[in-house]
Amino acid sequence: MRDILPEIEKWQQEGEEIALATVVRASGSAPRPVGAKLAVTASGRMAGSVSGGCVEGAVFETAREVIKSGRPQLVHYGISDEMAWDVGLSCGGQIDVFIEKLV
Amino acid sequence: MSATFQELRDAINQEIPVALATVVAGEQVGAKLLVYEDGRRSGSLGNPELDARVAADALELLPRGEAQTRTYTLDDATTADVYIESHRPPRRMIIVGAVHTAIPLEKFARELGYYTIVVDAREFFATRERFPDAGELIVGWPDEVLSQLPLGPETDIVLLSHDPKFEDPALEVALRSRAGYIGAMGSKKTSAERNERLRAAGFTDEQIARIHGPIGINIGARTPGEIAVSILAEIIAVRRGRDPRQPGSGLAPAKADAAPAAGESGT
Repeated sequence: MRDILPEIEKWQQEGEEIALATVVRASGSAPRPVGAKLAVTASGRMAGSVSGGCVEGAVFETAREVIKSGRPQLVHYGISDEMAWDVGLSCGGQIDVFIEKLV
Repeated sequence: MSATFQELRDAINQEIPVALATVVAGEQVGAKLLVYEDGRRSGSLGNPELDARVAADALELLPRGEAQTRTYTLDDATTADVYIESHRPPRRMIIVGAVHTAIPLEKFARELGYYTIVVDAREFFATRERFPDAGELIVGWPDEVLSQLPLGPETDIVLLSHDPKFEDPALEVALRSRAGYIGAMGSKKTSAERNERLRAAGFTDEQIARIHGPIGINIGARTPGEIAVSILAEIIAVRRGRDPRQPGSGLAPAKADAAPAAGESGT
């Protein structure tokens, strides 16, 4: 949190709407531990990360939905399944990401 | 969550340890509770029983700086998943000896989240030009400076000055403190001689064993930047319970007997 706080404060001062995504559960060879955070703005700016880059795209989309609806979401990302066109972690880890709007 | 986030932000900026609990599944998704080290609470998860149980767990996680999601089954048979995360002030690194290697070490340590303090008695070494972003730059005798600073488990001390005149008195202060990590630059021979002097000064083998010297893990580092990486790698390993000196850690301490790169000893 500390590392992305300066960006969040700057964005808030600029009047940006922000969602914060946090890894709240991780198992297997998850690329980032519980507590890892990604902040996303409605205009598309990002700070931090919740994975090595594998699920950031999907989290980014959900974060923008959360900004619109104001309702938090808990999203599970498992092993990627290319046949099902699913978003996932190719490393074999599994993570739960909680995404909420900062008001 | 605006008021809670604001309060969390203030606590982080003022370096006050605090745990933040958030309901991630259950009836009050998004509800938040802040718990301070003295047990003081702010906010609510929407249920007094849940608040009390989560606060107790938060006080267990906060001293360790850990984060975890736990499931709670309440008296009314409802369940809630609560994510608890700890926010602690940054670790501090005190670098004694504003030498060449201190420059990348101070820079990389900040990248890892450290608050950095660079100490040297020689004012032409400890300059803002060399360390523009160091948290503190102190010109003074290292032992006197160290005696003035709080040296708790969240402080790591790295001695790079390489000169017994500066280093021995500073090491004596470090060894009497509760510092989390103590490392000293120097070859195997220099380290052995230093340990001998500390033994003569009355320190026990157990106390002296707290000093990591030769400092760093063995990655074949030669340049100041590489030596800084080797030192930080050792500090991370030690903090995670993998002291490279212990067989079975999967790591090896730096040999410090490689050919020295320009002006520095190899690590």
